[in-house]
Amino acid sequence: MTAWEAVIGIETHVELSTKSKMFCGCPADIPDEPNTACCPVCLALPGSLPVPNVKAIEGIVTIGTALGCTINESSLFYRKNYFYPDLPKNYQISQYTFPVCEFGSLIVEVQGEPTVVGITRVHMEEDTGRSTHVGEGGGRIQDAEHTLLDFNRAGVPLVEVVTEPDIRSAEQARAYGAELQRIVLALGVSDAKLEAGSMRFDANVSVRHVGTEELGTRTETKNVNSLRSLQRAIEFEIDRQIAVLEDGGSITQETRHWNEDKGVTLSMRSKEESEDYRYFQDPDLLPLEVSDEWQSLVRESLPELPAAKRARFRAAGVEAETAELLADNLELASLFEAAVSGDTNGKLIGNWLTGEVVAHARRENMLVSDSALTGSHLSDLAEMVEEGKLSSSAAKEVLNAAMDGDGSPRDVADARDLLQMSDAGEIEAAVDTVLAENPDAVAKIAQGDSKPIAFLMGQVMRHTGGKADPSIVQRVLKDKTAGDA
Amino acid sequence: MTDLADLTIVAAGRGLRSGEFSSVDLLDAVTRRASITEAQLHAYLTLDKKGARSAAEAADAAFADGKDVGPLQGIPIALKDNMCTIGVETTAASQMLAGWKPPYDATVVRRLKDAGAVVTGKTNLDEFAMGSSTENSAFGETRNPWNPDFVPGGSSGGSAAAVAVGSAFGAFGSDTGGSIRQPAALCGVVGMKPTYGLVSRYGLIAFASSLDQIGPFARSVEDSATLLDAIAGWDRFDSTSIDGAVPNFSGSLDGGVGGLRIGIVSDLMGEGIDTQVRGAVSGMADKLSEAGAEVVEVGLPSTEFALSAYYLIAPAECSSNLARFDGVRYGHRSNVEGTTEDMMSHTRAEGFGPEVIRRILLGTYALSAGYYDAFYGQAQRVRTLVRRDFASAYEKVDVLISPTSPTTAFPVGERSADPIAMYYSDVCTIPSNLSGEPAISVPIGLDDKGLPIGFQVMAPSLGEELMYRVAAAVESISEFTKRAPLASSEVVAP
Ligand SMILES: [Zn+2]
Repeated sequence: MTAWEAVIGIETHVELSTKSKMFCGCPADIPDEPNTACCPVCLALPGSLPVPNVKAIEGIVTIGTALGCTINESSLFYRKNYFYPDLPKNYQISQYTFPVCEFGSLIVEVQGEPTVVGITRVHMEEDTGRSTHVGEGGGRIQDAEHTLLDFNRAGVPLVEVVTEPDIRSAEQARAYGAELQRIVLALGVSDAKLEAGSMRFDANVSVRHVGTEELGTRTETKNVNSLRSLQRAIEFEIDRQIAVLEDGGSITQETRHWNEDKGVTLSMRSKEESEDYRYFQDPDLLPLEVSDEWQSLVRESLPELPAAKRARFRAAGVEAETAELLADNLELASLFEAAVSGDTNGKLIGNWLTGEVVAHARRENMLVSDSALTGSHLSDLAEMVEEGKLSSSAAKEVLNAAMDGDGSPRDVADARDLLQMSDAGEIEAAVDTVLAENPDAVAKIAQGDSKPIAFLMGQVMRHTGGKADPSIVQRVLKDKTAGDA
Repeated sequence: MTDLADLTIVAAGRGLRSGEFSSVDLLDAVTRRASITEAQLHAYLTLDKKGARSAAEAADAAFADGKDVGPLQGIPIALKDNMCTIGVETTAASQMLAGWKPPYDATVVRRLKDAGAVVTGKTNLDEFAMGSSTENSAFGETRNPWNPDFVPGGSSGGSAAAVAVGSAFGAFGSDTGGSIRQPAALCGVVGMKPTYGLVSRYGLIAFASSLDQIGPFARSVEDSATLLDAIAGWDRFDSTSIDGAVPNFSGSLDGGVGGLRIGIVSDLMGEGIDTQVRGAVSGMADKLSEAGAEVVEVGLPSTEFALSAYYLIAPAECSSNLARFDGVRYGHRSNVEGTTEDMMSHTRAEGFGPEVIRRILLGTYALSAGYYDAFYGQAQRVRTLVRRDFASAYEKVDVLISPTSPTTAFPVGERSADPIAMYYSDVCTIPSNLSGEPAISVPIGLDDKGLPIGFQVMAPSLGEELMYRVAAAVESISEFTKRAPLASSEVVAP
């Protein structure tokens, strides 16, 4: 039997962190007290009209540009008509044909294997209010005794990023979600908090036999709100669909939702009973114009994107996984950038930052940003290690001390007498003495027995009070004993 | 002696400034007039006596302080009850909004208040402005001041009747397919629809957003221009409002028609137009020609389809605009037991009248998947054709003229059972809504039943100055100074 292959597309909703809502002046930073950030417009009072928020448009153009999209100079707002109590107008202002951004892409890597995920469109819409169903039914509308409505979130600007069905595994889907979140955070247009719902995913999943072109019937799993859930929901859905098909059944095109506790997706409604949204162009809003000048302004002010940052860190010698950790952490990244220039040992510094620095901060229950560590501390430390003046364990001690504010690495190393003997001449002299004192060992080595080298090293270290750089001692010992043979 | 209620706004303004009478005197005059006429006409849904009184007193105090913010200071003005007025019941003549008091003023209302106008109250209309006779009001119909057995036209019938009868010096209405011009014609007053976007729609309860425009009712062309001056111009709360310099319309009335090229729309002068109306309009065309204009026949062939297109576009937009009336946040809420969905659907079934429900259904159907292109899509293409027709007409002429309404006022009840006949009332006015261009109706005479005949002047986009210039000439040629019989204070209340 031919193997199965999953075909996955992701729709991501990102709430923009603008000051005001999409179409009115109410704060978009939602207060806790229900219905306190509302006005005639976002409550859809009779006679009110929407006026687009320029900052939100700038936000979506920024996201689209970062995703390599074509920005449409003129795009249209549509009304998506459906009745729901937390949708004040009973239509959502959204986009349909001619969204702001189209035809972009995002490269995601799973275990070093890159995949290009096509971005179909990035469009602008508004969020709904929030319903709380009160009653026996555990928050389900069907069983609620009554429903409480909070319209604070109604009208908060929402960007929807839609991919092509280019994703083939749950891991890739997760990597896509993570990378999109990193980009949005780097752009500073949203707080992208999955747990708070300011970023959420819908996953379209279908399966087919490997080698077939035709797409299988898909399901849409809605409102998945963590990267882990995204991966799990898709894994579940792929397995479920394969099981149904192998059992001779067929997949129903439907909307499902992810039940985190049970670890399953459950059917919400099938497409047959789904609504006709009666999309039409919103007559209250003019076409949205994004001029060439505006587009180039956005392009020029785009910050460095995570992928470019990681590439830069890798070029400085950092290993792939460490580069990702560094690039994801603004504090660590800026320390790294302050420390590394020219031929500094980027790998060493990267490892310290993502290893010992993070570990020490956690041990001491402090923020890396609150520690006394500076970029020049790190570069000095790396130089000392490179020169053989500090052992790697001594380096860690110095690093911890520098974080604790005990002084610069050189001062700490001096004060604590941690410096190694790295002068080749001194070490050679010590080696010569030891060799002269142990002719038996030398003879054994000459006969091809390498065991006594360790013994001789120990002797040299003892001779130098433990301060000789062991790597230099080893090199000199080998040279000298080989030379004798 | 003239009853103050019969003065024009301009004449009343002169008297206020010369100290001949006060704003409170003017308010008393229109209130007295209303107390005589309302029982028969029912032009008003709400008379805001307290609010009007304090506004009139404030205007008088301002005059006493030497403060003068312009020609509307101290003038009693009525508003169609689909414009939001803070703290004053705004119903759109629907049970759905009975008792609803908006927490905000429409931009037009705010501008009128800033201009010192005294808002007398809220006038009757067809529910949600859907209708051509003001019979579709949930709170009872308005009657024609020239003959109460006849309709005043609609949907702004209350505003038209109030101005005609002198229970307001001027009024505002909204025009989606003729809802200002047609009742103005039927009530013998001047009614004007501005270029789409010249006046803010913020706070106007939407019927069809791409067609709705607020405009004035007045007893003279000069008053009309004066009222428009106070409300025109860009508004940051309406993104479809036009951002640009606004001319002084009341200063654009002189100049006459000499040298102007005027096109009489042949497609609106044929079958379906009452012969007396047709005769009066062509008589006026002749006089304009005598006054120095070059009058030529111009075709607008797409008008044949304009009516059908309108009755798809307007219902489609209204089906979405009126979705917000669901009983959740304001207005009527059904007491039905059941789910939220039951509550919402019963609220709508109980709150909306039959014509509103008809249009919502029509519009919902026109936007449905599978029908969209055949209905809504096709209607939008017709709309493009209408615009193109106007554009090519305006290559040949400066303004267009036609009847405002195919007939004079019709008897109450005559068309209420026949929606198609009712829809036909708007055949002459709808094209300007589809094109978004300005048009005005000026009364030019009476038919043999003693009912007024309206004459329409249409102009290209933002051509209000030219439109007013021609309208002023029409007004002066027609010498139509007759007042609605119910306007005379000698008429005793029934
Ligand atoms: Zn708001």
